[in-house]
Amino acid sequence: MEFLQPATWHEALEARAEHPEARPIFGGTDVMVELNFDRDRPGALLDLTRVPELSEWGEEDGMVRIGAGVSYARIIEEVGGRLPALAMASRTVGSPQIRNRGTVGGNLGTSSPAGDSLPPLYAAGAEVEVCSVRGVRRVSVEEFVRGPKRNALAGDELISAVVVPVARGPEQFSKIGTRNAMVIAVCSLAVSLDVERRKVRACIGSAGPTPIRAREAEGFIEGVLDEEGLWESRGEIGEETLGRFAELVREAARPIDDVRSTAEYRRHAVGVLARRELVWVWQEYRGGEAR
Amino acid sequence: MRLRLEVNGEVREVEGVWEGESLLYVLRERLGLYGSKNACEQGECGSCSVYLDGVLVCSCLVAAGQAEGREVVTVEGLAEGEGLHPVQEAFVEAGAVQCGFCTPGFVVATHDLLSRNPEPTDAEIREALAGNLCRCTGYEKILDAVHRAAERVRV
Repeated sequence: MEFLQPATWHEALEARAEHPEARPIFGGTDVMVELNFDRDRPGALLDLTRVPELSEWGEEDGMVRIGAGVSYARIIEEVGGRLPALAMASRTVGSPQIRNRGTVGGNLGTSSPAGDSLPPLYAAGAEVEVCSVRGVRRVSVEEFVRGPKRNALAGDELISAVVVPVARGPEQFSKIGTRNAMVIAVCSLAVSLDVERRKVRACIGSAGPTPIRAREAEGFIEGVLDEEGLWESRGEIGEETLGRFAELVREAARPIDDVRSTAEYRRHAVGVLARRELVWVWQEYRGGEAR
Repeated sequence: MRLRLEVNGEVREVEGVWEGESLLYVLRERLGLYGSKNACEQGECGSCSVYLDGVLVCSCLVAAGQAEGREVVTVEGLAEGEGLHPVQEAFVEAGAVQCGFCTPGFVVATHDLLSRNPEPTDAEIREALAGNLCRCTGYEKILDAVHRAAERVRV
């Protein structure tokens, strides 16, 4: 095995092009488990922790660009005000030790349907910035994640950043697990209100081969909010509407039975989360000015 | 490969490190620092917790090469001089040590918590120590130890 440790982003891309078999590593919270358990013997490790740009984030024109190496701990602390749902999801990742090392870039690279940061990124309409010696391209996160642990990254490409629009309204993320901490999601859901554009977005996590946007549910609730003039009146959402929204989110899920849960429970739980989170974001909207 | 890193304030060099090796393996098997324990090797139990450049991490999830030129502090490096660190004393006094296997990880994680939050509530302690498992002492005495340590560190 080789250990490649580029000091610049350019060197990293060259190393990647020369060693398509190399496994990129940053926080190591996924990669090292595979190595420790002898499940994986890549030809090379490509350590990206020496590339300073990857650990930077910044805001421009209403978008937050988060370097692939920014840890969950830093997202919670530094970016949380701009991206509340991503921060909430980051807070549910592992333990302090894991959040200190793990990165959103790694979550994207692993492309697990249970990746906690993915539903908020889908709900926000985030784009993944990928680079190679051939150039830079941006792919919407929905196109990036292709299936369980499969993504749109070519052999010579690396994830440089994720670009996320700053929240334009209240957001929520909830996760069901078999205990309170240090747990992989049984299922999860992100819900966001875009107050400016009068849009609602909902994305299911860990109840399908990829995270799934609940598009019918989104369209339904947007229709009701418009028809009933609720954006203006800031009135309550009716019981029947909440129930129908939850039902449509539930129907969008494509869960399986596995060691963590039955499909039936996942489907039920996703509906419960949908109803609760819609109430929470709407209460926040009713209670105050839009973000 | 060859590795040079600072461990507990001392520059250490090791040779013949395998490229896929963890920092934990280097600490225990190459440097003889057995304080950090090897249990789950997947970041679940926290018994290998150390500081890497001042950040609390599971050393089993750090590739050895990633620690090149960095500063590592293990449980062995917390106490100054001969005596125990106040966190260690508190663990002994509270009886928060039974078989002792998880203790070094808990001590380092508690040290990290108190450095950021000198007066943690029970809920904050539980959240901060969520990555450290104990299979015999139970967590009540550990909570007690953290509160005792907090009082000491404040004084």
